[in-house]
Amino acid sequence: MAEILLEHVGKTYAGGTQAVRDVSLSVADGEFIVLVGPSGCGKSTLLRMVAGLEDITTGTVTIGGRVVNRLEPAERDIAMVFQNYALYPHMTVRENMSWGLKNRRIPKDEIAARVEEAARMLELHPYLDRKPRALSGGQRQRVAMGRAIVRQPAAFLFDEPLSNLDAKLRVTMRGEIRKLQKRLGTTALYVTHDQLEAMTLADRLVVLNGGKIEQVGRPLDVYHRPASTFVAAFIGAPAMNLLDARIEAGHLWLAGVDLGRVEGEARAVTLGIRAEDLQLLPTGGLPLRIDVIEELGAGRVVHGFVDDQPLCVSLPSGAELPAQLHLGAAPEALHLFDAITGKRLPQSVHSSAKVHA
Amino acid sequence: MRRFRPFDHLILLLGAAFLMTPVVMAFMSSTHAATEIHMNGLFLTPGTEGLATYEKVLTQKGGFTGTVTGTRMVMNSTILGLGFALGKVVVSMLAAYGLVYFRFRFATPIFWIIFTTLLLPLEVRIMPSYQVMSTLGALNTYWGLIIPLLASATGTFYFRQFFKSVPDELLEAARIDGAGPVRFFLGVLVPLSRPMMAAIFIIMFVYGWNQYLWPMLMTTDERFFTLMRGIKTILQVWIGSQVPDYNEAFALAVLAMLPPLGVVLAFQRLFIKGLTESDK
Ligand SMILES: Nc1ncnc2c1ncn2[C@@H]1O[C@H](COP(=O)(O)OP(=O)(O)OP(=O)(O)O)[C@@H](O)[C@H]1O
Ligand SMILES: [Mg+2]
Repeated sequence: MAEILLEHVGKTYAGGTQAVRDVSLSVADGEFIVLVGPSGCGKSTLLRMVAGLEDITTGTVTIGGRVVNRLEPAERDIAMVFQNYALYPHMTVRENMSWGLKNRRIPKDEIAARVEEAARMLELHPYLDRKPRALSGGQRQRVAMGRAIVRQPAAFLFDEPLSNLDAKLRVTMRGEIRKLQKRLGTTALYVTHDQLEAMTLADRLVVLNGGKIEQVGRPLDVYHRPASTFVAAFIGAPAMNLLDARIEAGHLWLAGVDLGRVEGEARAVTLGIRAEDLQLLPTGGLPLRIDVIEELGAGRVVHGFVDDQPLCVSLPSGAELPAQLHLGAAPEALHLFDAITGKRLPQSVHSSAKVHA
Repeated sequence: MRRFRPFDHLILLLGAAFLMTPVVMAFMSSTHAATEIHMNGLFLTPGTEGLATYEKVLTQKGGFTGTVTGTRMVMNSTILGLGFALGKVVVSMLAAYGLVYFRFRFATPIFWIIFTTLLLPLEVRIMPSYQVMSTLGALNTYWGLIIPLLASATGTFYFRQFFKSVPDELLEAARIDGAGPVRFFLGVLVPLSRPMMAAIFIIMFVYGWNQYLWPMLMTTDERFFTLMRGIKTILQVWIGSQVPDYNEAFALAVLAMLPPLGVVLAFQRLFIKGLTESDK
């Protein structure tokens, strides 16, 4: 058990690629942190620096009060689960789990007890004497977890451990990982590019973009108050609608519709609205010209245009829709971002005296 | 569904016959008397002298000093074959391990230099090698026969390619599992390389077994005679009206075939097992 502290951590690869820049993050003991971001944003690099598999170019990494910058991976008291599991193909499941302990000169009966315990937790008993090639993807995944658990490390590091599994199994394993981590109370750093996985697993999310932290926060906070258009578009499905709007004369205007009072100078802003925050109005509001309707079974996503800007709306399934919809949203559901930097603006929108334009 | 195809089988049978006939012929001829062979040519039918010939070949002391028997020659050839095969597997694995897993300057140029020596056969450097070993006083010793030929570009090349195909994550997992360079090599790479080791072993054993020029140069003492030299000397005895002991030469040739055959059979299983079972 340990907290992990990253201070101004940066990584520049030999070719000059700056994969991670100035990342500072404090992870509490027992916390489940998910690093999420698009491909190539430096998630794996950051995780591997914590693991000791990549040199740290700048900054320091502290695990459990020890600066580990110069320590070998084995000395850092961490365990890692790889995307392709990296099980030793020539060893049985039991040997795979116990090899690392043997290397550490842990007594035989202690090893046996730990493997036993992990096998029970992960329901691996029937497979203990099989080689990895005789296991399904999900079972291999569990063995990889087992190998991490028997180590009893200060922290688990996961690099997209579920991305080789099919969608259904991924949901199950997600639940298992979460339960296991809570039960063991081990600090965990988890890398994924799947925002749903990130939302469901994390105590706190770290959204990375181009090697920099874009936002850190609890999943729902990040969801409800994205710090930038990047986060807004990345977290949540369907992605948050981002529209060009204007603040003028103390009101927020979109497509000639007054959406509410707002402080501030006249300026162009980016308006974010989640698809599920939009409601149908009998008349008035934002006029939406319907383009495509995606039926999802439980609901439907309607894609259309407001004044030539694309917008999507989540609506319950049911009645036929007219060619044009009238939409409204609660003022709290309107997010304002700087039109140029994409950063969240401090202002919030208030109900306008005259609701209809 | 596969139908029985007579034509396919015919081709296979012809191929097998084509490859087997010389071997059978050598064996059958070795069971006849030398004069019979001299008069009638080779045989495809068994003769009566078989047991006597093989016994003579294995136990009769020959050579100028009268100290070498067939058994001795088989032993020498085996020592050479095994020494080469084991030594080359070990040396080239270690070399490839260094080249692939350790970051040092000029690793790639060094590899290419090694690779280039693939193009040079032993004969090119046979005189300097002889000179070195002779200065070291290693003439007429087993280690003098074996060591100068141990460095193997072929083996290093194959092991390097194999190590490169082992996923990096295995190394990383091993590092996290607390394995140092030695333990990673012995605990992960060596077991994974078994099929590769078997292949190199077979090739190098046969290579060592068939060496002719090098042992002839390095050893003058008849105790170090190998089978290949034995066969040659039998055929060289055209003294007066004497007929060479064809049957004995054939017997030696047949004997010479057995150990490589054994090695291939033994490792073939491992080889195929490794190929079909290993997944990295
Ligand atoms: N060994 C390397 N040498 C040079 N550049 C590298 C190296 N590894 C990664 N990079 C670069 O660093 C950046 C971040 O890579 P990283 O693997 O951390 O991305 P990621 O966020 O894990 O992406 P993904 O979701 O696709 O796994 C990328 O631009 C990548 O090209
Ligand atoms: Mg990655």
